[in-house]
Amino acid sequence: MAFIPHTSADVESMLATIGVSSIEQLFDEIPASLRVKSLDGVPVALNEMQIGRLMSERARADGHPLCFIGAGAYEHHIPAAVWAVTTRGEFYSAYTPYQAEASQGTLQLIYEYQTMMASLTGMEVSNASLYDGASAVAEASLMAVRANRKSKSLRILVPRTVNPQYRRVAVATAGNQGLRFEDVPFATDGGVISLDALKKFEGEDITALVIQQPNFFGQLEDVDALTDWAHAHGIFVIASVNPTSLALLKPPGEWGTTGKGADIVVGEGQPLGVPLSSGGPYFGFMTTRMEYVRQMPGRIVGRTVDLSGREGFTLTLQAREQHIRRAKATSNICTNQGLLVTAATIYMSVMGPVGLERTAAASHARAQELVSALTAVKGVRRAFAGPFFHEAVVLFDRPVAPILASLASRGILGGLDLSELYPELGYAVLVCATETKTTSDIQSYVTALGEASAAVRAA
Amino acid sequence: MRAQEKVIFEYSHPGRGATDQWPQEVPPSATADLPQHLKRGKRPLLPEVSELEAVRHFTRLSQLNFSIDTHFYPLGSCTMKYNPKACNQYAMLPEFLGRHPLAPETHGQGFLACMYELQEMLKEVTGMQAVALSPMAGAHGEFAGVAMIRAYHRSRGDLARNEIIVPEAAHGTNPATATMCGCVVREIPVNEEGDIELDALKAVVGPNTAGIMLTNPSTLGVFERRIEEVARIVHSAGGLLYYDGANLNAILGKVRPGDMGFDVIHMNLHKTFSTPHGGGGPGAGAVGVSARLRPFLPTPIVGVEEGNRYRWLTEKDLPQSIGRLSGFMGNAGVLLRAYIYMRMLGREGMSQVGEFATLNANYLLTRLKQAGFDAAYPSRRASHEFIVTLKRQARELDVTTMDFAKRLLDHGFHAPTTYFPLLVPECLLIEPTETESKDVLDQFVTAMTQILAEAQQEPERVTSAPHTMPVRRLDDVRAAKQLDLRWKPTA
Repeated sequence: MAFIPHTSADVESMLATIGVSSIEQLFDEIPASLRVKSLDGVPVALNEMQIGRLMSERARADGHPLCFIGAGAYEHHIPAAVWAVTTRGEFYSAYTPYQAEASQGTLQLIYEYQTMMASLTGMEVSNASLYDGASAVAEASLMAVRANRKSKSLRILVPRTVNPQYRRVAVATAGNQGLRFEDVPFATDGGVISLDALKKFEGEDITALVIQQPNFFGQLEDVDALTDWAHAHGIFVIASVNPTSLALLKPPGEWGTTGKGADIVVGEGQPLGVPLSSGGPYFGFMTTRMEYVRQMPGRIVGRTVDLSGREGFTLTLQAREQHIRRAKATSNICTNQGLLVTAATIYMSVMGPVGLERTAAASHARAQELVSALTAVKGVRRAFAGPFFHEAVVLFDRPVAPILASLASRGILGGLDLSELYPELGYAVLVCATETKTTSDIQSYVTALGEASAAVRAA
Repeated sequence: MRAQEKVIFEYSHPGRGATDQWPQEVPPSATADLPQHLKRGKRPLLPEVSELEAVRHFTRLSQLNFSIDTHFYPLGSCTMKYNPKACNQYAMLPEFLGRHPLAPETHGQGFLACMYELQEMLKEVTGMQAVALSPMAGAHGEFAGVAMIRAYHRSRGDLARNEIIVPEAAHGTNPATATMCGCVVREIPVNEEGDIELDALKAVVGPNTAGIMLTNPSTLGVFERRIEEVARIVHSAGGLLYYDGANLNAILGKVRPGDMGFDVIHMNLHKTFSTPHGGGGPGAGAVGVSARLRPFLPTPIVGVEEGNRYRWLTEKDLPQSIGRLSGFMGNAGVLLRAYIYMRMLGREGMSQVGEFATLNANYLLTRLKQAGFDAAYPSRRASHEFIVTLKRQARELDVTTMDFAKRLLDHGFHAPTTYFPLLVPECLLIEPTETESKDVLDQFVTAMTQILAEAQQEPERVTSAPHTMPVRRLDDVRAAKQLDLRWKPTA
């Protein structure tokens, strides 16, 4: 029996102890009419060798193309130590650390993670993570409603330069509680939020402004001006940031010229040691200032002392959470993404401040090289002027879907087609390169692009 | 267990680092285009350690944990069963790990085939008509489920239905989820045998009823025997039935929520389908629905076309969808592990899960009763879990459930769930799961018996437990009052 250790002697002895004649009898409180007749839709069992073979075939069918897509999930080198240690059974198969004395490993690791994330984002406190970067924006919006006591409107500005999937998730998650997520257009020359577009909201009650840095197009927003504008109008700043970029870019805690910085910082943690893996499991991070810690959703770990005065770690501020507060909790969230936080904490430890900075700089250099190489091709140009970080939008002179399909058939994923998400941009592709791409990879893309364009023209 | 371990920052030395794991340095000119006012000034506080120091530190931390791989972990309602190694190994094949979520369908037919078949198998074992995989945890699946119930009523112009009924023993996530969906919570009591009070239910349903959220078997560890009657009452009042799949392990292969009359269900794949708990996540909270809720499922879903080509179904295919709940498609890697587990169990293995989980629970309950412990619902069969109440011991010996729980740690057993459900005083909710052997259950009974004897003879040994863990009981009040949430270098 799969993963069931009982011998027939065990079963007989256990039934005798209980005082029943069969396992079936243990289900005698369930109405007979409800009992399962058959499960024919489930295939017969495979043993380990058989499932191994099947999964290898399935994996082969996915292939391993050269990938130049980013758009919220980024391929970085993951040191071998990260998952070798993360998949240790003591991390992998442990539960939420409710029994603190038997969970000091997980708890201390989360405390170390909170320290790293607070410092990386320039904030005072971090939670133990949320589901992913998209749901973190939704949770941050709900938190802003609780924390921004000056605002009653439940209106959140989500500029079009924020990942459009994040907006959709925010609407699906928080729309039921009356939050409204409103567009702000971007400047078509620079691909960034224009302060002019924000002006029309002046004098209105707005709860929060979401600023993504680098933004969805890879462009760098003028975060200082945007933060100052928001704070001048009583609007909370929710920063949505790429953690790798923070090794080079100003942390949200320092945004603006008043020293106040962003109010809530969130982001997708995947770049910190988590494989692309078709979109998950990833983790969302969230940090804030100490004054808002009681409004923060999710688990938080604190350091304290035990009965003997020894230092130890425990879940804290649990009065915010669903298992205590029930219908009045800050969120219904129970889990964090513990295993991914484990990987990220080990990743950040192996990389350190210097390794992470090198990763960010190398990614930036590769993206510049990619964009230069692509825009040297006839008919390809950049969509926006101004600085970008590790991805950018390029414009083609013809529809991109057939070209991308042709590239894919040549083993190259040439970027994300933006024609549905941003039809106003024309034939636009969001392309990305990280430190994992070499000059020869980029050359392969350019060569394949020539072939693909020719093939599409010929078709 | 090991003694304590330093905080990693205390190993840090400026200039030390795992340089071979880093990319090559690029010249400063490569970042010269970044405007000065957008750049970082001071480097972040990250440790500067060698690879060995990092590996040793985190390995040592891992050794401060209890886990399924090292200890019996009978946490009620959490289904801490063995997480097969094959599920991890084959979900981590390089092509699966390297696949970008926005890769075209041409480069994902293997992955999508697994997801499609997972949807189909989950439909079969739950008796539902359609399944979506994107919710990333149980509570996230609950959210999707209640949001679908709301969307369903709204689509019919039935705008008044905003009340969600939950039994008082429900998980805290149920009422919290209802609130997140903009609903109002109505709690109803259960009777002394653990079944819902039908009169209370009848009194509370009406034109405002959106639905009822139920776990069956309930969090009291007993099967709701009048579930068909409950379904009739709620349905005839115009409400829908939500099945919280937290306890699906109890009935896997024996009874299906769809056959009980449920309209929507979430499944905790990290419980029933044995994906790892990972120290608190990631989970996966797939949802299943009856035909009338199908149009409202969260996107994306995997569909199949002629020629066995798999493709994503999005908002275009499901215009009434409650929308997207994750940046991409949810916890794909967790879903792969659940898929592998289900294929390894096969149809026969599915029913054995429910059978042996139930056998283990009833055996352990019987043995604990024989050892002098009180069942909270003595007249009832255990499902896959059961409640022992230490109310009598607390009164007679002044030793609480918390003391028992902590002393169990010294015996090498993770504590069962304590003080939940809230309505049973001094309770232990015990779930052994089907993957534990009779020997382990017997050892657990021995430990409980020894602790009981100790509570009678030397109670302070129990009330001051644990004695063998890296730390003794922690000062939670201090933790919440003198917040220390990140490490700071001493000046």
